[in-house]
Amino acid sequence: MSMNRDFDYSLLAKLTQAFGPSGNEQQVAEIITDNVKDYVESIVTDTMGNLIVRKKGNEQKIMIVCHMDEVGIIVTHINKNGFLYYATVGGLKNTDMISKRVIFSNGTVGIIHKEKDETIDKKPEKLYIDIGAANEQEAKELVRVGDMAVISGDFLENDSVIISKALDDRIGCFIALEVIRTVTSPYDLYFVFSAQEEVGARGAKTAAYAIEADLAIIIDTTFSYDTPKVQNNRVSLNNGVAIKVMDKSIVVSPAIKNWMAKIAAASDIPHQWEIITAGGTDSGPIHLTKGGIPTGGLAIPVRYLHSGNEIVGKKDITAGIDLLTALITTHLYFES
Amino acid sequence: MTKPHLQLAQETIHLLAGKPGVSGYEYKLFPSLEQTFKPLVDDIYTDNMHNCYAVKNGYASNNQTVMLAAHSDEIGLMVTHIDSKGFIHFSPIGGIDDRTLLYQEVTVHGSRDLPGIISFQPDQTKSDKKKSVKLHQMAIDIGHSSEEAQSLVKPGDIVSINRATLDLLDQTIAGKSLDNRAGITVMAVCLSELNSIKHKHNVIAVTTVQEEVGLRGAQTSTEKLNPTIAVAIDVTHAQTIDAKNQVSIHLGKGPAITIGPNIHPTMHALLTACAQDNNLPYQVQAVAGPTGTDARIIQLSSFGIPTGLLSIPLRYMHTSVETVSLKDVVSCGKLLARFIAALPDDLEDISCS
Amino acid sequence: MFLKYLSELHGVSGNEKDVRDYIIENIDNNVDSYRVDKIGNLLATKKGKSNPAIKVVLTAHMDEVGLFITEITSEGYLKFQTIGYMDVNILVSKPVIINNSVYGVIGSKAIHLQKPEERKQSFLIDQLYIDIGANSKEEAEKNVKLGDYAGFTTAFTSFGSGFYKGKALDNRAGCAVIMELLKQQYNCDLTTVFTVQEELGLRGSKIISNYLNADLAIVVETTSAMDNQEQDRENWVVELGQGPACSLMDQATIYRPELIKKTIQIAESYGIPLQLREGTAAANDAGNIHLAGAGIPTITISIPCRYIHSMSSVISQSDYTNCIELINLILNNCQEYINLPHRGWEVMK
Repeated sequence: MSMNRDFDYSLLAKLTQAFGPSGNEQQVAEIITDNVKDYVESIVTDTMGNLIVRKKGNEQKIMIVCHMDEVGIIVTHINKNGFLYYATVGGLKNTDMISKRVIFSNGTVGIIHKEKDETIDKKPEKLYIDIGAANEQEAKELVRVGDMAVISGDFLENDSVIISKALDDRIGCFIALEVIRTVTSPYDLYFVFSAQEEVGARGAKTAAYAIEADLAIIIDTTFSYDTPKVQNNRVSLNNGVAIKVMDKSIVVSPAIKNWMAKIAAASDIPHQWEIITAGGTDSGPIHLTKGGIPTGGLAIPVRYLHSGNEIVGKKDITAGIDLLTALITTHLYFES
Repeated sequence: MTKPHLQLAQETIHLLAGKPGVSGYEYKLFPSLEQTFKPLVDDIYTDNMHNCYAVKNGYASNNQTVMLAAHSDEIGLMVTHIDSKGFIHFSPIGGIDDRTLLYQEVTVHGSRDLPGIISFQPDQTKSDKKKSVKLHQMAIDIGHSSEEAQSLVKPGDIVSINRATLDLLDQTIAGKSLDNRAGITVMAVCLSELNSIKHKHNVIAVTTVQEEVGLRGAQTSTEKLNPTIAVAIDVTHAQTIDAKNQVSIHLGKGPAITIGPNIHPTMHALLTACAQDNNLPYQVQAVAGPTGTDARIIQLSSFGIPTGLLSIPLRYMHTSVETVSLKDVVSCGKLLARFIAALPDDLEDISCS
Repeated sequence: MFLKYLSELHGVSGNEKDVRDYIIENIDNNVDSYRVDKIGNLLATKKGKSNPAIKVVLTAHMDEVGLFITEITSEGYLKFQTIGYMDVNILVSKPVIINNSVYGVIGSKAIHLQKPEERKQSFLIDQLYIDIGANSKEEAEKNVKLGDYAGFTTAFTSFGSGFYKGKALDNRAGCAVIMELLKQQYNCDLTTVFTVQEELGLRGSKIISNYLNADLAIVVETTSAMDNQEQDRENWVVELGQGPACSLMDQATIYRPELIKKTIQIAESYGIPLQLREGTAAANDAGNIHLAGAGIPTITISIPCRYIHSMSSVISQSDYTNCIELINLILNNCQEYINLPHRGWEVMK
């Protein structure tokens, strides 16, 4: 059933290029609100900044979660020469940051670099951001201490892949939006566009508490292992959507993962398995909320996560949309 | 006719320890848990995470709830992929020490249970014999070609250690997953002892899931039950030759009663007094911060739960030859039962510091 | 099945009695006579149908690698040394049986108590010890003594599709092959030699080679297969399922090309798979045997074995049966191996 259908990815381009580091997801939330308002019965923003939209239904409650935030940096100090020092927001390794371009919400651009002849270690104060300001005063006209910036990366696409910053997890948001537009489901659907996932899945915790769903499905991204020397049957691009088995924050109930695989196989949707030991997602806090909420996940394989140049495969996006649609329109696993 | 405690303890550990129950996949253990607890309690049920609740009602109508918690999960492995030679590559679940894996016999729980051996895949970059072999350099040989293996095993399948439980000298017993099948056995001994003692309050013995990956079953089950007080039962390090200045608890000298900020002082005092009054052996374990057990998270549930912790001394933790003394298991079970019987009428008294 | 019993019996170098007794019991009816020498080697002879007959020696070692108790500590733990070469790291987290009667475990410090640098180190033998559950030296001494042998507890089973798994396949597999062959009657005179202490430096066969005399010697062995990896085909040495392996050279013997060529010819004409051992490491009893007296033409035929010198080795069932079949054919065609002129490898096609 699932072919490599061509979607209009201009919305994805808009989403990925929007500014949304953890704790500052407003721009992303606005784009999403514009695109859902004709399709849902309610739109709510909660204390954490989660955007929760509801498609009412009579059957059980299903919560579908994808996160709006991306990793970034926060300015900690502006020195007298107009250079900025920073701390990371979310999982970024200093060793990956040299020569990266970062962009602030007002459009200011900076380049990250290190002092000559210094070796990079774990302490971030050795790296700095150069925004081309001549001195402290000039710098302060453009940025303040406490401002955040994200790694820049233009949106590019060809027949098989898309390259951009923040595909983690704007691709999840895109998939959710596509499904909101097209799905007819008997279930009471809560789509949670969550905040602050990258710093510890914080938004998801409060949203899960408030909604108390019967089932939660996370749509996020996962590592794609394919590189020239590593072709070893783990998750790879354009081999289907990955069904979450285990990450650092959750061991998915076998009943749920088997149900998802069954539905995927029945509809000929290409799929693979996500098993990672580093990296947690919104599923962690959600599945432990209150007495425990049955939780599963779908993940889109991404190469070079958090680099500003992430790559996803179009076949995987199609598979993700199809599988999510199938899961929320069929019998839930605990019914069969 | 109730069994003598030592016999019950030995049979229960032999029943439980050899079975697979890796974190997240503890449902496999339920038949054995049912077999163990059903003769001892009034009711037994599970929740959607497979926490198992064995309920023994107290005699009074205005009773409160005492929760006992011992985790059922064990550390293990998960299949990540199958290579072109049919060897199974894996990730760890829980705190696996890479250095204990070489040439272990395992069971791969694929479409059927398959025996396997963890082997080291030679790598020309490993020239340093002084460095240990890392997990990612190992793979499981199940004796099948790649095609056959792919039809029998898929990524996400669980792998458990295959180890028969051994009786050593002096009622010592060795095997895999005594962390924490020994703790579950303590609960069985306790419930058996309670059959001949009157106790006012309800006892719910919970075998919690996913302790090894983050105390997850304890978190949700405590929220569900909202008990008035709780006692966690787990294992703790027993001294061995190479850990003399790190560990002061000894095998065979009785269960360890923990004292520290994670433990409610009244709970500690009651447990200690009970051991002394009943002439039961015990050791004292002072832990400065949150303990590495379900007690850590139980204490934080709801409005805060007065929590105690009893631990069975255990050597070689997280290897497949964990070693405990059955005598410690039995005295711990008796201590717990007498403690429950001696609890005050109103457990809320324990809630005030 | 001989191999199952042989694998599960305990016979670490210096303590081969149980293995020897089992072999004697099961070959007695198939040989003319046997004797046990002063060190424990077992020799059994079986006259051939021909007269005069070609004299062939078939040999395999009975001993396995294992552990030897060297000290009992004041708390009742047992310190030990390895007998035969074993990577010390594989001993961790394993059960053992001492003196066929007392179980023990070789534990390791819990991961929670280890510093990060500790976790990266290989183990040294001095760090390891056996725990039998004794709580004092006195209690331990009631059950074990210095000089006791400790072996592994692995059960022998079929494994996967067409494999066997067990301990001591090196070299109970070789002993089992010879025991199977003794069920047949040959034209040649057979002397079967089951040696001791091969793993301690070919010691049993040294004694045998002081007086051995024969026209041809076949050493039946197992050899280490490194085929449990995808890459580096050049490092596998032998591959399971590709038949028994004929040795080219090892650290104690350079095998004569003419004998190897003859073996290949026989295998090919009867359709038995045969591979060459693509490596020169290690040594076996052939090192002593081929130098006995004025020299004895010797070949080594090995069954490929994964995880050799560990407690869980794996061999292919078809390699085992093909090894028996190949040696059976060699014995039936042994006249082709006699008086071969030295021509070297040039005559190989």
